[in-house]
Amino acid sequence: MTAQTLTRVDQILEHSSGLEKRRRLYSGLFGAIFVALVISGFIAAEEMNSGGFVQGITSFFDYPADIVMETWEAGPAWFGLLWTYFPALIETINMAAVATIFGTVFAMGLSLAATRDLGVHPVLVPIARRTMDVMRAFPELIIALFLIFMLGTTPVPAIIAIAIHTSGALGKLFSEVNENVDRGPLEGMSAAGAGWFKRVRWAVIPQVLPNYTSYMLLRFEINIRASAILGFVGAGGIGSELRKAISWSNGADIMALFALLFLTIMLIDQFSGYLRRRLVGSSFMLAS
Amino acid sequence: MSTQTAPSMAPGDAARINAGQADVIASHRRGVLWPAGLLAMVCVYLIYAFIAFDVPGLIAKSRLDRGVLLGLDSVAYKVHIEKNLRRDQLEIAVEGERAAVYETPPDWVTIDGADPMTSTVDIDMGSGYRFVIEGSSVTLTGPELYEPLVITSTAEGVEWTGATPDWVLLDPRKVEARPSLFERVQVTSGRILVFRYFWGWEDFWFEFRSPLNGLSAGALWSLAWSDERIEPETSNARFIFDEFWGNPGWQHGDVFKALLETIIMAFLGTVVAAFIGLPLAFLAAANFNPDPVSRFAIRRVFDFVRGVDNLIWSLIFIRAFGLGPLTGVMAIALTDIGTLGKLFSEAIENIDNKQVEGMQSAGAPAVTRYRFGVIPQILPVFISQSLYYLESNTRSATVIGALGAGGIGLKLVETLRTGKDWENTLYIVVLTVIVVVGMDMLSGWLRRRLSN
Repeated sequence: MTAQTLTRVDQILEHSSGLEKRRRLYSGLFGAIFVALVISGFIAAEEMNSGGFVQGITSFFDYPADIVMETWEAGPAWFGLLWTYFPALIETINMAAVATIFGTVFAMGLSLAATRDLGVHPVLVPIARRTMDVMRAFPELIIALFLIFMLGTTPVPAIIAIAIHTSGALGKLFSEVNENVDRGPLEGMSAAGAGWFKRVRWAVIPQVLPNYTSYMLLRFEINIRASAILGFVGAGGIGSELRKAISWSNGADIMALFALLFLTIMLIDQFSGYLRRRLVGSSFMLAS
Repeated sequence: MSTQTAPSMAPGDAARINAGQADVIASHRRGVLWPAGLLAMVCVYLIYAFIAFDVPGLIAKSRLDRGVLLGLDSVAYKVHIEKNLRRDQLEIAVEGERAAVYETPPDWVTIDGADPMTSTVDIDMGSGYRFVIEGSSVTLTGPELYEPLVITSTAEGVEWTGATPDWVLLDPRKVEARPSLFERVQVTSGRILVFRYFWGWEDFWFEFRSPLNGLSAGALWSLAWSDERIEPETSNARFIFDEFWGNPGWQHGDVFKALLETIIMAFLGTVVAAFIGLPLAFLAAANFNPDPVSRFAIRRVFDFVRGVDNLIWSLIFIRAFGLGPLTGVMAIALTDIGTLGKLFSEAIENIDNKQVEGMQSAGAPAVTRYRFGVIPQILPVFISQSLYYLESNTRSATVIGALGAGGIGLKLVETLRTGKDWENTLYIVVLTVIVVVGMDMLSGWLRRRLSN
């Protein structure tokens, strides 16, 4: 080894240790900013809150304890309440299901238009993508409240609101699936002279359907929660009942509704998890 | 040179081909029948839902016209011209508010005398219609009126003469005429009220009475730099900002604060969830926690907090911690400890164990093994999922806020409840959508940068 190569090695070592130092400095700085943000956020949140953290934590269990006590006092009659509220639960599930069906249909159309190289006009691609962005960004609550004003307090405004949000959210996921299809079958179909409809039907749909279904099931689960929440603002279903029970402080009723909602969400979670694992092999989750 | 020989067929081949063909046809038929059956089922279900939700009844009862008026109200404002015969008073005001009364009439209103009660008030409605108020009656002239419509307010009610097109609602107690969405007159006993609509958000930057109202951006800019102070105590730039920030009609300062609350809720909720969820995820992962009982317990805890949903958690937390962002933070954090914990534990179970084993054989202690053997492998999942949930929590924070936790959601519901200030509602909606889309883009950008 000559002296020259040794200095080269030294130079490289020095350079890399410099880089390492800078990297540490950056991650240290980033960490410090992050911690400062978190602490100042907590201080701000504590100040803006009407009740404090410390006094809150001591009384935290009071309310759940009240609910449990009232449920206990209700005795076996409590199980009758479950039956009483069952129709409301069915209504909530129906709201979610109808919204998911319509949302999926629209999402399929939008995602086809939002995917390049699937034979749609290239002008449509950015239009469809921006449409989906806007549909996704509008909180369901706002659309629902607006529609309730026009259509009255029925479940339909909530269904429309959820369907709009679902179209945007699913459309984005679907178009990501579309981007990743294997192009072989498509080329084969066009080589054999198939038209656009046949290409999509026989070369694209079979590839994307398992993923579509699994995303749809996941969305159905999210939509049940969403329709329960929208019930709270007057869209009917279990949310409306919950609002009544909470404002009248009927502990046993609140518990019955919580139990129904929790059991439903858990059952559907398990069922759709099982179906999804069968369809795509691995389990995955995505937020709304 | 190529020789082509016809493929010879063995005796059984033809039968095999036929059988194969039948198979293909059968599978094709199944491929067609399956979706058709499913589609039929979905259709039947939708018909059931159509009846269960009473859609025909809903359509009959729906008030789509309210939607049009509401849409108009959120992008336009109206100037009221009210003549009160009982109180002997004529008032021109933006949205009829006491704080926004015109001292000299705008140029589309001409009053031909000193006393507005006795003189003629001639209102040019801007689209060919003219509404002239004289004494206790108003005369409408315009393209769709072959003769003037005169509506008179009397002590007992309302009387009218002249043309009455179908956009006039005639009732002895109240007559309302609305030739188009932008012009309207209402006459009741003792009162004549004319509305003229204008596009835009009125007094968005500065309050009606503010000295800055109506100034152009250039004028404001030069004012901010000039030495002549409007208010002796404060600098002009500061004054301009205060006037804008404290504008009572729009409450920019309050809205901004509420928006900040919502962002704080989403950010802190996600951070807390991620940092509590990570250690718990190790306890829920089979390759790090050999004890099946505690593993099962942790996993069920994850399921429980996730299943209850942040809406319900927020209802419980509001009772304990009162209204405010802290409540929202805890509701979001608790739910997401479940979701992120579950996701992280799945990522931990899928790591490549060779790196940990290598470090172990080199004699590294447990902390070092975790730090350099495990963390780098799950970091991408940790960061990308946390960012994803930050984005979705911004939306959830709006909803939780609307149900009582505060922030922009509560502000939105407040404006909706009054049902009058739809332009404020639209303003808040636009801001919310900007924040949600901004968060979406930020997290998407960060995730792309980190995955490279």
